[in-house]
Amino acid sequence: MREGYELIYERPGPLLSTRMSFCPGCFHSTVHKILMELVQEMDIQDKIVGVCPVGCSVFSYNYLDIDMQEAAHGRAAAVSTGIKRMLPDRIVFSYQGDGDLAAIGLAETLHACNRGENFTFIFINNGIYGMTGGQMAPTTLEGQKTSTSPYGRDPSTTGMPLKMAEMVSQFDRVAYVERVSCDTPAHTRKTKKALKNAFEYQILGLGTTFIEVASNCPAGWKCTPEESLDWVKEKMLPYFPLGVFKKPERS
Amino acid sequence: MGEAKLMKGNEALAEAAIRAGLQGYFGYPITPQSEVIEYLAREEPKHDYVFIQVESEVAAINMVYGAAGAGARVMTTTSSPGFSLMQEGISYLACGELPCVLVNVVRGGPGLGTVQPGQGDYFQAVKGGGHGDYNLIVLGPNSVQEMVDFTVLAFKLADKYLTPVMLLTDGAIGQMMEKVVLPSRMEYRPDKPWATTGKTPDRERNILTTLFIEPEEMEKRNLMLQKKYTNIKDNEVRFEEYRTDDAEIIITAFGLCSRIAKKTIDMGRDAGIKLGLFRPITLWPFPYDQLENMASRDHVKFFISLEMNAGQMVEDVKLAVCGKKPVHFYGRMGGIIPTPDEVYEKIKQHRDEGGLE
Repeated sequence: MREGYELIYERPGPLLSTRMSFCPGCFHSTVHKILMELVQEMDIQDKIVGVCPVGCSVFSYNYLDIDMQEAAHGRAAAVSTGIKRMLPDRIVFSYQGDGDLAAIGLAETLHACNRGENFTFIFINNGIYGMTGGQMAPTTLEGQKTSTSPYGRDPSTTGMPLKMAEMVSQFDRVAYVERVSCDTPAHTRKTKKALKNAFEYQILGLGTTFIEVASNCPAGWKCTPEESLDWVKEKMLPYFPLGVFKKPERS
Repeated sequence: MGEAKLMKGNEALAEAAIRAGLQGYFGYPITPQSEVIEYLAREEPKHDYVFIQVESEVAAINMVYGAAGAGARVMTTTSSPGFSLMQEGISYLACGELPCVLVNVVRGGPGLGTVQPGQGDYFQAVKGGGHGDYNLIVLGPNSVQEMVDFTVLAFKLADKYLTPVMLLTDGAIGQMMEKVVLPSRMEYRPDKPWATTGKTPDRERNILTTLFIEPEEMEKRNLMLQKKYTNIKDNEVRFEEYRTDDAEIIITAFGLCSRIAKKTIDMGRDAGIKLGLFRPITLWPFPYDQLENMASRDHVKFFISLEMNAGQMVEDVKLAVCGKKPVHFYGRMGGIIPTPDEVYEKIKQHRDEGGLE
């Protein structure tokens, strides 16, 4: 520390000092950072186990100084179930994109929620397949252009964008569901609070906790990071409204 | 020591898994395997293993992955179509070096097939099944007793070699009732310092992954796996011989067919035909060298592979015999169990055509 200076901000310890594969402006980096801030603040590095499946999060274990398993595409909920059931006193999270959680892995997602598996879903919903180069996702908005919906998503042949937070909040054994975003500093703070709530509820064994992050993908959306923030605000949030969809009743 | 009981194959396997220290079971009902999942559901309150009836075999195999990675002793069981669904996950388990036990109580296929027994999943079991270069240790029990013994052995081998170990059995052995001696509790429980149990300050983080994006790294993982497989081939080959000392005709058979073969052999011996059995117990690693030695014996005139499929293990028999002696095949498909008499007639036919006494 230089004399006369005061440290007001630093990289959280469990976030490794390495170059990330995420594109500039992508919320993935933000969520990784606040997740590791929480690991540090809650002092849970020795208790937390993460699962990252196929998608942009596939390299997450390279950035996070915690125990992690890499799962097959769509199977993070099943893998997380296996870990949590064997280690019920650990804090387990799956970190999944929309293709993983809401398309190929929808069955595992819904059944884990229905059983009330006591782990935390962190669902990064950016409405597109980022890693494979910008194809249509189950959460791609109506009319949104992607490389596999080049004329805009047509619900008559592809259905409507899946509202996962709304859907999983219907399950009795799901304890906590909130949709958040990182498009503004205020929203990012709320995201961190939501993740903290989820981990705390998990520690209390209340059931499944599910945090959906309405996220961006400047590279996949073919726009600048600034433009992607506008798209989140103007296009995504009206269809994917932020808020708490379910929370534990006070006991 | 042990305790003798009359038990169904599938239930004996489930009880053996409990006694081997099972910590997690993830399964989906499918005939003719369902007694395993039912038994483990029934016994669960008496023990401390985790039991989940899952939504699909895809979920089952991935729960096995997560739980094995958390350091637990885990198993899943299924039958043919279910085992096909698990193949992607099995490839991940093999690549990720995660110990677990997988059981396929085979039924007749392909497709939805029949619920009657078959051996048509031999290729799938011993030649890979899923994507990429990997092998499973594959054990082929032929009795209820071996369902028990091989289940215990499978857990030991899985931990020893950090690899999925498979029992390739069938609907007949799963359903039949026989006297069985059950083992006492297995205490063997090795340390698993690689498991994802939460990063403590005294160690680096544990990462379980099968992603090696750099080709050099991916090849390195492959070479490491192949080295392990060579080690397994050198040390774990198991087989059985029956009345082979002076045998002129060798039946090669595994699992249920090896028992039919023994009946045929006894019939032949009574009639003065010198028959013998060579039975691979480890279907992978296959006892190539031992079978090649058998082919080199002067008194052996020809081989016939007896299988409940269209001719799968016979390819390995031919590889082992390597042209030294003729290799014939007799099989039934679609859930039909061949009788000792029809096998005997087939052998006599080959014998007469071959000009043997």
